Amino acid sequence: MKKGDIEARRFRTYRDVDHETGSHLLEQVVAQRTRLSERLASIGTIVAVASGKGGVGKSLVTANLALALAARGKRVGVLDADLNGPSLAKMLAVSESSLGDREGGVVPPLGLGGVRVMSMELLQEDLDAPLRWKDPGSETFLWQSSMETSALREFLSDVDWGDSDYLLVDVPPGTDKIQRLLELVPQLPVVLMVTTPSEMSRSVVARSIRLVREAGVATVAVVSNMTDYLCPDCGSRHPLFRGEGGRTLAEESGLPLWAEIPFDPRLGEGTDRGQTQIHEDPVSEVARVFLALADQLESHVHSGNPTPGRPAHARGDLE
Amino acid sequence: MKFLCIPCDEVMEFAERQIPGDGTLAAVFMCGKCEREMAMLTNPMETQFVSSMGVKIGGQEVPSQPMEVTRGSLDGGSDSVFVEPTVPSQPGIPVGAGVGYSGPPSVQWSPEAVERLQRVPSFVRGMVKRIYTDYARERQIRMLTPEIMDTARSELGLEGM
Repeated sequence: MKKGDIEARRFRTYRDVDHETGSHLLEQVVAQRTRLSERLASIGTIVAVASGKGGVGKSLVTANLALALAARGKRVGVLDADLNGPSLAKMLAVSESSLGDREGGVVPPLGLGGVRVMSMELLQEDLDAPLRWKDPGSETFLWQSSMETSALREFLSDVDWGDSDYLLVDVPPGTDKIQRLLELVPQLPVVLMVTTPSEMSRSVVARSIRLVREAGVATVAVVSNMTDYLCPDCGSRHPLFRGEGGRTLAEESGLPLWAEIPFDPRLGEGTDRGQTQIHEDPVSEVARVFLALADQLESHVHSGNPTPGRPAHARGDLE
Repeated sequence: MKFLCIPCDEVMEFAERQIPGDGTLAAVFMCGKCEREMAMLTNPMETQFVSSMGVKIGGQEVPSQPMEVTRGSLDGGSDSVFVEPTVPSQPGIPVGAGVGYSGPPSVQWSPEAVERLQRVPSFVRGMVKRIYTDYARERQIRMLTPEIMDTARSELGLEGM
């Protein structure tokens, strides 16, 4: 063939060539999506606990909200979507547990309160090792995101969540991580946006709120964490941050503020040890805030009519 | 991705897939008209990229096991975490730390073993898979590889499978 002949050649486009190659890639992707949809169909309500900002206490909120819902008699699953920094297996006391291997799906262990837990921590031999994938040797950045998306998809679709009333998904920091979840669960019904009163947190979380609103998430509510310091000895309260970021964020964005959670050192310490105030001290102020948040969520889900509701406070709200 | 046989102006059909080693994936396509064949070879990074999506060129002939991508790709993953549950989970029952499932260990298939299994005719593939799995389980073998398949074939008189 002469060079001139090649230059004159005009190929049809991919779409013009309607015959398939038989490599079945599209069918496999469709099958993945179908499996995911079928699995999620058996779950009552999926709730993403997100922020976009790190260090605001998303995992702690996730764990304690799960326990509060369980305490109300709900069947709850928790998916730790923080693949690189998992913490929920420890918080819900399943760090040493096994996963059931069944053809119909991996059976997650039951943690505190009977909460089903799936976390990358359960799969790793060395709990202090960073998450690493089998590496072909170079250009990891090209496929790592795809691998993490697949892992999250499998956590959703290949884990037997049973007939859970709620599946709480702890979304790691970064708006891209929220986007990743939305791509897998486009009909995500509820997102709780966790912030602290700090202006820095408010600003970052506002971006995430815009993202989930643009994605059409039906219910977005603000949870303000670490609103003030609750002294475990005398019960006095002191501000931890300047400003009222959570309230400001809710007002500016027109979103309901569903909870204001004080910082109680006992909560974090207990959660680190796989203990929980929800069960051990259900009348404590922090426990009551989470139980009220669970009630707020439950009421909202069953009302079928999203209403702003009022925030659960540590004082006076539950009397 | 489509491959066009230029002389025939025909889309080449997928014919065969192999993992020859060194991180390479070989996918063979053939023109249904002139029967000309071509092989697409991927480098390790490209192979990993396809694998990371949880798809297989040519189709998934053997049903995938749950969490196949994560289990097969995690570096430093613990094989022993997966066990066959003997007691189904009971929602709502409070369970403390360290509680899991007891029972015989599960058997995993290496990618090379899966490739080999896919070459078994589909109408007997399920039976063959079960035979190899039972063989491994009885001997407490956690990972089935082509070498173990060879041994099993010899011991069980399964030449041709």
